[in-house]
Amino acid sequence: MTRKQITIGCGAIILILLPPAALLSGNPYLISLTSRIIIYALAAASLDLLLGYGAMISLGHAAFVGVGAYTIAILHFHSAGAEPLFSWPFLFAGSNNALLTLPLATLSASFAALIIGGLSLRTTGMHFIMITLAFAQMLYYFFISLEKYGGDDGLSLATRNSLVGLNLGNSSHFYYLCLAALFVFLILAHRLVNSRFGLVVRGAGNNDRRIKGLGIHSYRYKLVTFVIAGGSAGLAGALLANQTEFVSPGLMHWTLSGELMVMVLLGGLGTLFGPVLGATVFLALETTLAMYTEHWMIYMGPFLVLTVIFAKRGLFGFLAGDKGKNG
Amino acid sequence: MLLVIEQFLNGLQLGITLFLMSAGLTLVFGIMQVINLAHGSFYMIGAYVGATVAAYTGSFLLAVLAAVGAAAGVGCIVEMLVLRHLYARQHLDQVLATFGLIMFFNELIRIVWGRQPVFMNVPGALSQSIQLLPGLHYPTYRLAVIGIGLLVALLLWLMFAKTRIGMQIRAGSSNREMVGALGVNINLLYTLVFGLGALLAGLAGVMAGPILSVEPGMGESILILTFVVIVIGGIGSVRGAVAGALLVGMVDTLGRAFLPSILRTILAAATADSVAASLSSMAIYILMAAILVWKPRGLFPAHG
Repeated sequence: MTRKQITIGCGAIILILLPPAALLSGNPYLISLTSRIIIYALAAASLDLLLGYGAMISLGHAAFVGVGAYTIAILHFHSAGAEPLFSWPFLFAGSNNALLTLPLATLSASFAALIIGGLSLRTTGMHFIMITLAFAQMLYYFFISLEKYGGDDGLSLATRNSLVGLNLGNSSHFYYLCLAALFVFLILAHRLVNSRFGLVVRGAGNNDRRIKGLGIHSYRYKLVTFVIAGGSAGLAGALLANQTEFVSPGLMHWTLSGELMVMVLLGGLGTLFGPVLGATVFLALETTLAMYTEHWMIYMGPFLVLTVIFAKRGLFGFLAGDKGKNG
Repeated sequence: MLLVIEQFLNGLQLGITLFLMSAGLTLVFGIMQVINLAHGSFYMIGAYVGATVAAYTGSFLLAVLAAVGAAAGVGCIVEMLVLRHLYARQHLDQVLATFGLIMFFNELIRIVWGRQPVFMNVPGALSQSIQLLPGLHYPTYRLAVIGIGLLVALLLWLMFAKTRIGMQIRAGSSNREMVGALGVNINLLYTLVFGLGALLAGLAGVMAGPILSVEPGMGESILILTFVVIVIGGIGSVRGAVAGALLVGMVDTLGRAFLPSILRTILAAATADSVAASLSSMAIYILMAAILVWKPRGLFPAHG
C-alpha cells in the first residue's frame, strides 16, 4: 500500500465510523456538522474536476449548487401546495420523493452547466473567470426576483425528502446518504480522470493548443467535464437543501464559489480527495474561529493569502507525499 | 420625454462610476496580467474614509482628497505586500489570494465602522437641483459626478497619450520584458499603476457615497458590474472600458426604468411586473452573453 492509499483509507474509515462514535461519546451535533462537511466536500471535489484537471477556473460554481437546491425546494413547494408545477404536457404536482428529486436536481444543474459552460468555454483565461462569475450573479439576481419562491428571503421546506427504507429526518440516515453520494462521485471521478477522456481534459488544461494540434476538438471534452462538475454540484446543493430545510439566493452568491475554490486549493489541486480534506479543514476552522470571535474572517483572509503564497501543494500533498496527484 | 432624458442622465452617471472602476482594473489586468478581486475593496475604503472625513470636517473637498489618498495608499501597500508575489503565478492563485484580501478588508471595515450603513450628506453647494430644460430638474450633485468623471477620463487620455509615464505604461502592456530591458523600473511602474487604479476606485467610492449607502460589502456588487464592463470592452483596453461602462450603465438604468411599462403593453400587469423585474436585473448579463457570442474577446481587444 502506498502512503496515498493509506491516507484515503483512513479518511474513509473515519467517515464511516463517525455517526456511531459521535452518538456513543454524546456529541450528536458532530453528525450534522460532518454531513455539512461531506456536502461541501462533494461540491469542492466537483469543482476540482474543473480547476485541477481542465484548468477551467470557474468562479461561478455556487450557481449549480443553488440550482440543485432550488430544484428540491420548488418541487417540495408544489407537492405541499395546491398548485401543480405544470399541467402540460402531463400533470406534474411536484414531488418529495428523493428517488425523483435528487436526479431532477442533478439534471437541472447539468442543464444550467450546459448553457453557461457552452457560452463561457468560448473564452479562456481571465475572460473565463469573469464570465462564469457574471453568469452565477445573473442566476443569483434571477432567483432574488422570483417573488413566488420567496425572492430575497428564500424558501423553507416543511420536511426533508422521503426515501424508501431510510428516514432522512434521522441525522445518521441522512449522513450515510451524503457519504454514499460523495463516495460514488469520488470513485466515478477517479475513473474518469484516469480514462482516455480524462487524459484529453488534462492535456487541454496543460496545453490546449497541442491537444487541438493532435486533431482533438477539446471544446467538447471540456464542456462535458463542465456539465459533469455542474451536475455533481447540483447534487450537493440538493443535499444541502435537505439538510438545512431552507434555500435562499445566498447559496448562489459568489462568496460561496470563492469558498469552494479555497477548499480545493487548501486540500490540494488536482487530487480529488484533497478537496474533501480542504472542506473539512475550512469548515472546522470556520466553526472554531466563530466560537471565539464573530470577526473570524479577519484571521481567515490573511491565512488564505499566506497559504496561496507559501503552500503550493495543499494539505493532501503534505499527507500523501508527492504522489498525491491523481493521475 | 423628460423622463427619458432624466433616466439617460442617471445611466450616464452610473456609467461614469463604472468607468472609474474599470479603467484602473483593466490597466492592472492588461499590464500585469493579474486578476484582482480586491479592487472593490478600494472603492469601499474610499467611500468609508470619505464619509468619515466629511462628517468630521464638513468639507467635501477634504473628504475626496482623504478618500483618494487612502485608497491609493492602501493600493500601493497591497501591491507591495501581496500582489507582487503573484505576478508570475497562475490566475487561480491570484483569485484566491485576492479573495482572502476581500474577506480581510470587509471584516476590518466591520470592526472599525460597525455593521450599520454610514450616511454621507450631499455637499451643501451641490445639494440643489438645477433646471436643465423647462420642467426637467436634475440634482446638481449628480451632474457634478458626471462632470468630474468626464474630466478624469480626459486627464487619463492626456496622460496615456501625451506623457512619458503614459508611454511607459502603454509599452509595459504590450511587452513588459522589453520595457524592463530598456531601463524602466518595472517594479515602481507596477506599483504606480496599481496605486492609480486604486485611486480611481477610491474616487468612484467617495462620489457614490452620498448616492448609495456606505456599507460593508458594497465593493462586491460594483466589482461584478465592473467585470461585466471589462469583459464587454475587452481586457486591458481603456477605450473598451469607456464603451463598456457607458453601455452597461445605460442598459441597466434604462432597463430598470422602462421595461415594466414596455412589457405592460403586451402582458397582463402582474405578469409584466414580475417578468420585468427579473429581466431588468439580468439585462446586463444577457447583454454580455450576446456580445461574447458575437466577439469572444470583447468589443475592443487590447492585444492583436
